[in-house]
Amino acid sequence: MATEALGWWGVPLGILAGTLRGSVPFLLVSLGECLTEKSGKINLGLEGTLLMGAMSAYAVSYLSSGIVGPTLAPWLGVLTAGAAGMGLGTIHGWLAQQPRVNDVAVGIAMIIFGGGLANFLGKPFIQPQAPQLPTLAAGGWSSLSQVQSALQISPLFLLGVAIVPLMSWFFKSTRWGLYVRAVGDSPDAALAMGISIFWVRMASIVAGSFLAGIGGASLSLFYPGVWTERISSGQGLMAVALVIFARWQPWQCLWASLLFGGAQALGPAFQSVGIDSYYYLFNAAPYILTLLIMVATCSPKRTLTGAPGALGQSD
Amino acid sequence: MSDRNRSFRLSRRQVVRGLLASSAFGLTAKLSTGCAQSPGTEGSAATDGSAPEELVVGFIYVGPKDDFGYNQAHAQGAAAMVANVPGIRLVEEASVPETTAVAEAMRSMIEIDGVKALFPTSFGYFDPHILAMAEEFPDVQFFHAGGLYQEGVHPKNICSYFGYIDEAQYVAGVVAAQMSPAGKLGFVAAKPIPQLLRNVNSFTLGARSVNPAATTQVIFTGDWSVPVKEAEATNSMADQGIEVITCHVDSPKVVMETAERRGVMTSGYHADQSPLAPKGYLTGAEWDWSSIYTALGKDFMAGKTLMAGDIPHVLRGGLADSFCKLSAYGPAVSDEAKAAGDAAIAGIKSGEIVIYQGPLKTNTGSEILPVDQQLKTDNVELEKMDYFVEGVIGSIS
Amino acid sequence: MALTTTWRRSLESVALPMGAVLSALIIFGVFCALVGANPLAVYASIYRAAFGSWSAWQNTLLRASPLMLTALCTALPARLGLVIIGNEGALVVGGLAAVLVGLALGSSLPGELVLLAMALGSLVAGGLWIVVAGALRHYRGVNETISSLLLNYVAIALMNHLVQGPLRDPAFVSKPSSFEIAPAAWLGNLPDTRVHWGLVYGLVASALAYILMQRTTFGFAARTAGGNVRAARIAGLPVGKLTLAVCFLAGSCAGLAGMVEVAAVQKRLNESIVSNYGYAGILVAFVARHNPLATVLVSVLLGGILASGGILQRSHNLPDATVMVFQGIVFLCVLYSESLYGRFKVFQEREIQAEGAAVAG
Repeated sequence: MATEALGWWGVPLGILAGTLRGSVPFLLVSLGECLTEKSGKINLGLEGTLLMGAMSAYAVSYLSSGIVGPTLAPWLGVLTAGAAGMGLGTIHGWLAQQPRVNDVAVGIAMIIFGGGLANFLGKPFIQPQAPQLPTLAAGGWSSLSQVQSALQISPLFLLGVAIVPLMSWFFKSTRWGLYVRAVGDSPDAALAMGISIFWVRMASIVAGSFLAGIGGASLSLFYPGVWTERISSGQGLMAVALVIFARWQPWQCLWASLLFGGAQALGPAFQSVGIDSYYYLFNAAPYILTLLIMVATCSPKRTLTGAPGALGQSD
Repeated sequence: MSDRNRSFRLSRRQVVRGLLASSAFGLTAKLSTGCAQSPGTEGSAATDGSAPEELVVGFIYVGPKDDFGYNQAHAQGAAAMVANVPGIRLVEEASVPETTAVAEAMRSMIEIDGVKALFPTSFGYFDPHILAMAEEFPDVQFFHAGGLYQEGVHPKNICSYFGYIDEAQYVAGVVAAQMSPAGKLGFVAAKPIPQLLRNVNSFTLGARSVNPAATTQVIFTGDWSVPVKEAEATNSMADQGIEVITCHVDSPKVVMETAERRGVMTSGYHADQSPLAPKGYLTGAEWDWSSIYTALGKDFMAGKTLMAGDIPHVLRGGLADSFCKLSAYGPAVSDEAKAAGDAAIAGIKSGEIVIYQGPLKTNTGSEILPVDQQLKTDNVELEKMDYFVEGVIGSIS
Repeated sequence: MALTTTWRRSLESVALPMGAVLSALIIFGVFCALVGANPLAVYASIYRAAFGSWSAWQNTLLRASPLMLTALCTALPARLGLVIIGNEGALVVGGLAAVLVGLALGSSLPGELVLLAMALGSLVAGGLWIVVAGALRHYRGVNETISSLLLNYVAIALMNHLVQGPLRDPAFVSKPSSFEIAPAAWLGNLPDTRVHWGLVYGLVASALAYILMQRTTFGFAARTAGGNVRAARIAGLPVGKLTLAVCFLAGSCAGLAGMVEVAAVQKRLNESIVSNYGYAGILVAFVARHNPLATVLVSVLLGGILASGGILQRSHNLPDATVMVFQGIVFLCVLYSESLYGRFKVFQEREIQAEGAAVAG
């Protein structure tokens, strides 16, 4: 064990590592929500989806490892998490599109329902250990064990990063992306184009929830790699808020998620080098930072660029 | 889960009977308005005090009772009480926040289930909630884990019990320092309350009894259960070259697994976590609530009460009274460390080792104890601790 | 004829939510049966624990009263078209202000005056906290939903920091807390009950909010601005001032809930004040369609559900998460029922006839 103390270098390294580890759920959930909101509906329920994804991924990975082996089992878990997300997404997509039903309200109810279901079904899986997803060791070049460990990259992180340009391209250059944007920006025009608003939104919500479910799998099968009822502690809600912060652009979702993942590591990293006062305030740093960035970058003169026109409108 | 699926099929007769029972119940409930002790569909509660054949005991937990940590340790103790003492029936409620919710949970256990002895297990339940309820229900006994009973101030039907688990942490510190060449230990902590500070300090003092240069780095996560922060704290300790990590959070699983992945040795808390860290698990400070709960259960069935003075109002005990214990040594522990650990256990049990022995200073340099003064484990001063001893790296506010 | 139509309309608005709750009970019953509990016994228990006796009613009302106040924090700005979810933060800040005022005054004044000052402090602090979100929205164009959410985390961190450092009572061992406020300034219970005065605060605040929003020019202006900002500006309505005023009132309601938690329940400030009343209030507001009178009823419904959570665990061996599942099902059903207005003939027949008559006449 060649563990040398890193001293102050531990802070930037910790933040880098925290960025790579902690940003995955933010990234996947915010990308999913980005797709959903582009179609003109909000799904606040992704917090519940995240929990359900985390629980089902862990449970399936644990239960199936005896049958399909510990290499395949976590991947089966990831798929299940996505499927569980789609299940919750279908409920949300159907309910939130009923006349006079508010999508924000359905979302909050879905947080409770999804979270409750995950906690209910997850009881037997808190204690056992499930096989974890493999990671790519990108730090093999370094002799420092700290660097090696910081550069353990999850394939789900790579998946998220790969989705970013894809989603960007999807919105800009594909027919289906156009449909989604049309439905989100001006449903009337979309209707005139002969697009089924209901099905486009349904598809967007279900696909978004699929990604959020996988985000949950990254919590329980990558980092921190356990299933407990407090595993998400508000990360899903925050990720949904990040989409507004990211102005509904996939690339900005990526930056925002990295910022949040890294900021989570601030408090512990500072304490480990002796800055041990005000840790509550350090822990609140990501929230304050986001607020300040928003204050600095928003303007009352123009409406938010990129905001889907139908978002928040009742239909 | 399997047993929940068992009675899925309902026979027609069951359904009819259920319908009749519930409509009859509805009627009686409507007629007897204001009467809380209306006949229930399940086992009726013992309502008068005459020598109970069945005694109902209520347990309340602040989190899920299967959290693999603090609450689970209590829940297992409760289960042991029921298993070991015939005639005790258990009602439990988990995830009860420290608000009016816990007062209502206690009340409804008393009024609806006929509970005669209550064990609200979270620290935060005591003041104001338990104090108020004990005042209102003088014939119900309240047992609280961790509170400080004050003679003459608090109602007579309250008992505060707790284990001196810091004795086990001291031994864990001895073992950890034996195994740590650099003497760099780490402690993932939730919030700076006296119980937790005492664990940190005893762990450190144990370590420094072996290696006077040993240090304990403390990182506060800020809450009792925040898995991501706990993992980050463990990782940043690993980055700083810390060699053994222990913790005091509600559920130590994340800390144990993360440390194991980083190749750092661990010392457990609350329960035996050795399966989570098969390589690096040294030992751990575990609760052993089953013995105390069983003893109390037997007292109840023998008709003893707090009010009559048959049960003491303050119940404390450490390793010697088996309120707590140590996990079996992990495979990494050297024979030398095992011997030192065993010697520490024996010393504490016999009273030879006093953990808080002068001269003792805080980590900011002020004096706690002069030479040849000591604070024995059962000294209440230690339960108001608000400092870190020398050797701890960290600050409380 | 018109009378019968109104009567049928109100019947509809009562019957639909009732039907929704009933169907939720059926779905939940199926869920219970699936996991091996007898649904009928579960229903009986829920009824007994939430509404079955005066004692159970008090339990329900006790849980409902903070929700009435926090729900207004979302319901009022919603009339202006703002989605504020900063209830939890405003509650915490209100509790913080109440404790600061209460400790500063100590026992220098009679208890009633200290309570009044604490209430005022919490109203102002909670109000200003949400005004921040409103002002950022109006003057900087910052989305109010995300800023108010962020402010929740900031408020909780601030409270935790203060009770762990500057405000900490070292003698209180169970959790980092502020000093206790003087017993004279504790908020008592309603006569012959264990329900504290917070319930009255909640009812009065809801009634005032209803009158303000539905019966005054201020409320009319706010609703107009909420309907169409541009039109409101053209009509010369001071949209900015309206935004700030409504946000202040909204935040002060949640702040008052924090004061009640401090003065009636905890007697000091600590993390226990963060117990989801804020987030539950958002749900209440949305389900009640932001009508301040309906929030009272929905709060009582949610209070009843929460009150029944314990007995599901104790008498039916269901895990603690069951009540969350139940809550989720009830609210999803109630939300769905809103889409059913006007879909059932029973509630419509006479109206059509009346219209027909009108056309014919």
